[in-house]
Amino acid sequence: MSAVFVGMPSLPAYGIGNLHATESFPDAAHHELANDQMRTNLRHATHSIRDKRLKVVGELPDWEDLRSAGSATKEAAMADLPALLEQFEANFTARGGIIHWARDAEEANRIVASLVREQDTEEVVKVKSMATEEIGLNDHLAAEGIEAFETDLAELIVQLGHDKPSHILVPAIHKNRSEVREIFLREMPDVDPELTDDPRQLAMAARAHLRRKFLSAKVAISGANFALADTGTLGVVESEGNGRMCLTLPQTLITVMGIEKLLPQADDLEVFMQLLPRSSTGERMNPYTSFWTGVTEDDGPQNVHLVMVDNGRTAALSDRYGRSALHCIRCSACMNVCPVYERTGGHAYGSTYPGPIGAILSPLMTGIKAEENNSLPYASSLCGACFDACPVKINIPEILVHLRGEDVDSRRGKPRMPSEMDLMMKGAQWAFSSGTHLNLLEKALPLGRLAAGRDKKIKRLPGRLAGGWTASRDIPAPPKKSFRDWWASEHDAGDTGTTKDGK
Amino acid sequence: MMGAREEILERITSALADEPAIPEVPRTYRRSADLSEQDIEEMLVERLEDYKAHVDVVTAAGLPGTIATLLKEASGYVVPHGLPEAWFDVDDLRVDDRRITDAPGHRLSVPELDALSSVVTSSTVSIAESATIVLDGSPDQGRRAISLVPDQHVCIVPASSIVQILPEAMSRLEITRPLTWISGPSATSDIELERVEGVHGPRRLDVVIVTDL
Repeated sequence: MSAVFVGMPSLPAYGIGNLHATESFPDAAHHELANDQMRTNLRHATHSIRDKRLKVVGELPDWEDLRSAGSATKEAAMADLPALLEQFEANFTARGGIIHWARDAEEANRIVASLVREQDTEEVVKVKSMATEEIGLNDHLAAEGIEAFETDLAELIVQLGHDKPSHILVPAIHKNRSEVREIFLREMPDVDPELTDDPRQLAMAARAHLRRKFLSAKVAISGANFALADTGTLGVVESEGNGRMCLTLPQTLITVMGIEKLLPQADDLEVFMQLLPRSSTGERMNPYTSFWTGVTEDDGPQNVHLVMVDNGRTAALSDRYGRSALHCIRCSACMNVCPVYERTGGHAYGSTYPGPIGAILSPLMTGIKAEENNSLPYASSLCGACFDACPVKINIPEILVHLRGEDVDSRRGKPRMPSEMDLMMKGAQWAFSSGTHLNLLEKALPLGRLAAGRDKKIKRLPGRLAGGWTASRDIPAPPKKSFRDWWASEHDAGDTGTTKDGK
Repeated sequence: MMGAREEILERITSALADEPAIPEVPRTYRRSADLSEQDIEEMLVERLEDYKAHVDVVTAAGLPGTIATLLKEASGYVVPHGLPEAWFDVDDLRVDDRRITDAPGHRLSVPELDALSSVVTSSTVSIAESATIVLDGSPDQGRRAISLVPDQHVCIVPASSIVQILPEAMSRLEITRPLTWISGPSATSDIELERVEGVHGPRRLDVVIVTDL
């Protein structure tokens, strides 16, 4: 007989931190759409990466086989997560690594801050990491008097610009080169005042700015793309070499990682290291990938820590229809193909995780009722492009629909004022309940033609719902005659099923 | 009070109360080469060049001369202690005060590395399809820091270490060693997606493929 658990039943433990939309998606999208610069940049970016991705994916005759293997591997990892986490922990620890567990963002931040303080330093260098973005680590460290230097070029631009990332792969894509130049001139104390807006010059300015930090930092903070259970290995995928700098030069390395990053075995890399770079940057392989297993004597950091974070991941895991959202490897392919994301940009989603994956991941991690996150599952036309692009085949549209259902269910049974939607549905119920009712309504068609005016378009309807519809669309004028009137005039009275010639 | 570890593991167990099945992973993707050795080598060269790496293809006899040419402008270079002495058996390199060896017991500090322009290492395995070269910290490849801080990386690739696709490379890797996978020089596309080669890692990657090693 297996052991029976007798502890407290655990309710979904939701995540906190930068996972919430603070205003509803339609409202946020409304003002983001006014940012022309961002829309132009985003369109250019998403289309370029999308084309590159298609090209390198097309090179592989077995792409669909790799996707299937990737999807099944993640599903297997999630189903066996407790055992894999313990196996990983044993292997990582056996090689000198130290593991810390954090129930939520706050606990993770506290752990990292105290680890930094132990090293007697007030500065850390950071590799771009979604997990530390999610838990709001930089702000927490700042409040504790520790300065965190982002070292990825885009993250540096965002940090120096006191801004927020708008895309998980190219976070500063909403800034153009002259804006980047202005930020550097304003925020880098040692920068050459003659700096132009040539991307090469700007990248070299960042190199010079960060090099001293890299060479002198005592502590680095990273995320991890993969954790391999059977060896206790961690991996980081990057392009610029800032990752290698952080993972190699400082004596202390603190990695913050969500518990869902586990892969059962090292050989799974043969699948994921083909899927990830091609889906993400559209390259055959990213320039640099580093793997480390605990501490290697005489090579790299000698104090190696890993903070494994839940922060709502177990809540997502408990939703059997939504848990596959945790298969996400943060490639951003779904964003680059999404017609909604392309127009609104990443800021409109509020959370660290934007785009189609964010629209399911954020509400799954926080619960559908958290702040404005119930608006996110509606931020989609359900076109399915994200599902096709996803390297691990997450069925995002299906989960979006599931979460819309959750949202509706979460409001059920609560006393409230009938909404416009309720009234319209009531009206429709009355209209369609009998032919007489419908006939009566159809008599009003000429009124609609009158409202449409000479250009035969209705441009504005009253109310929030109908008015919202016409805010961005025109409705064509109704026809002179309803279909039922037309049918009646074409057919003999009383003959309901056949045309005049008896067919 | 329950510790974070126990609580998280318990949350996971509860979340999986419906006991989802652990699916079999379908490994129907390619796992072995389908090109000739010659074609694989050509693919590697072509794709490395696509990444803006400089590539020479030489025999072992020609290797020292090629390394000497690549290091012509180097002000100083570091080599790992296990690099074969024979690779430097040419007039310009045999006795060369620009060369510093990083060895156990004689490790270069980060500032010392920063003062050197170049590094020469061997490599463990190279994957032609993605033009990826893997270093694993063996004595002929050295600590990770030495192939990172200098601005020019001269990387020797023995032809016998080249495979066509990634799954073939996995069996040649010892995953618990500190691994660095390199696919071209460092690069960024963070500003308006315009690719700039050479950010924080070595800005120049010179690959020397040795046909008879």
